Amino acid sequence: MLLTAVALLFLAFFLVLPLAAVFIQAFEKGAGYFLKSVLEPDALSAIRLTLLTVAIVVPANVVFGVAAAWAIAKFSFRGKSILTTLIDLPFAVSPVIAGLVYVLVFGAQGWFGPWLIAHNVRIIFAVPGIVLATAFVTFPFVARELIPLMQAQGTDEECSAVALGANGWQTFWRVTLPNIRWGLFYGVILCNARAMGEFGAVSVVSGHIRGETNTMPLHVEVLYNDYNIVAAFAVASLLALLALATLAIRTAIEWRTEGSA
Amino acid sequence: MARARTPRSILPGFGISLGFTVAYLGLIVLVPLSAAFLRAAGMSLHDFVAAVTSPRVVAAYRLSFGASFAAGLVNMAFGLVVAWVLVRYSFPGKRLIDALVDLPFALPTAVAGIALTSLYSPGGWVGRFLEPMGLRVAFTWTGVFVALTFIGLPFVVRTVQPVLQDLEPEIEEAASTLGASRMQVVTRVLLPELAPSLLTGFALAFARALGEYGSVVFISGNMPMKTEIVPFLIITKLEQYDYGGATAIAVVMLVSSFILLLFINLLQKWSRRSHAI
Repeated sequence: MLLTAVALLFLAFFLVLPLAAVFIQAFEKGAGYFLKSVLEPDALSAIRLTLLTVAIVVPANVVFGVAAAWAIAKFSFRGKSILTTLIDLPFAVSPVIAGLVYVLVFGAQGWFGPWLIAHNVRIIFAVPGIVLATAFVTFPFVARELIPLMQAQGTDEECSAVALGANGWQTFWRVTLPNIRWGLFYGVILCNARAMGEFGAVSVVSGHIRGETNTMPLHVEVLYNDYNIVAAFAVASLLALLALATLAIRTAIEWRTEGSA
Repeated sequence: MARARTPRSILPGFGISLGFTVAYLGLIVLVPLSAAFLRAAGMSLHDFVAAVTSPRVVAAYRLSFGASFAAGLVNMAFGLVVAWVLVRYSFPGKRLIDALVDLPFALPTAVAGIALTSLYSPGGWVGRFLEPMGLRVAFTWTGVFVALTFIGLPFVVRTVQPVLQDLEPEIEEAASTLGASRMQVVTRVLLPELAPSLLTGFALAFARALGEYGSVVFISGNMPMKTEIVPFLIITKLEQYDYGGATAIAVVMLVSSFILLLFINLLQKWSRRSHAI
């Protein structure tokens, strides 16, 4: 009983309290102010930019994740374990460093800086930089969900399909995809949550131009630093809702897979 | 895995999927990361050493490593308790709490940062009770520690939980019937079994805390020499156009993370072996 109390108090203090703080402070000045804060032009532009980034990054990382899992789980080749380790590498890198390395490649002083300036292409302090930094940070999520899942499923079903005359795409769409759909869905949900909420990496490459290169988390920072606390928490509460939805979907998938197992 | 003798698979798509994987990995991750190392390699040794050992940078290492270590220790202790309670006891709302443990993974770090700051600032919900006791959290070392504890919370719980689930209570019962006290059961039976997963959880939390930015920068106050974490210092150097300085510090942090990653891989091998028995 004592242990349960200790555990629950610890979690209440570190998890429930901050979460409650977000929602309560978001509505401190009433629902009208909340709506005004999330519907003003800068907030809307931040939401649009975040959605645009997600719309590019998540599909790209899904294609990568499926390709990586297909190669790693269905075939054996030299260097496989090194490749698997390298895929996890972005998790070991600080988001700030993820942003920094893109500045070193594409920034004014970077490798391609002079060429980009000469051709009037902006990557750093513009949308492409935000997309690249987000892609780096969310890189492993889908692959990581799919690789162990597809390894556990083996290749028997796919081999039978091919032996019965299915071509590669038919095998993938009709045999592999139905088997991995929940793992894939979960990977997408995680990738999406992290992509929408990424702060450190995006902070380095965005340049914080209001209404142009501010994503939702950056907009929260700007509002907070302007002492516009209630508006900051209003936008933050949208991101907190996304986090709660992510956890809810995750739990639902777990129940589902437990039920079917 | 007898690679050499595996017959050629009849499945299609190996070349294209591996090719795409390697190309995308190279473009998004490896080439940009190598830019940091190449840039640092282009610096003279003297400049590099000067950049990574200036007093302000050393103060930041001390804060980042110290607070991450302390937060990892706290998470190791409480993470074990939480995992224990979630596996061994049943109480109403357990599934909800189990799901909530992952909140620090799912909540955007900037949101966690401003929430913790508002809670622990002198007038905040928690800060107002700590202030009369002379305990300041926001804008001090303690604030950095609190944020890093939040961000590392799920790691130990999630590494210990599955091991605890596989551990049969019968072993503890056997120890008890053979005359072991409760304390002896914990220290002689449970802890040796859980040690690899506890250490793995600690190392993962520590590694995450070292690089953490969003949840810390609001509550830390970022005072040079006092409450400035390493990632913040990298951003400060970048804003001053000191690309060399920023890169040099980043390389030190990257090497530290890679060493940690290696250590974590070894730990996981160890825990797999001790479970195979």
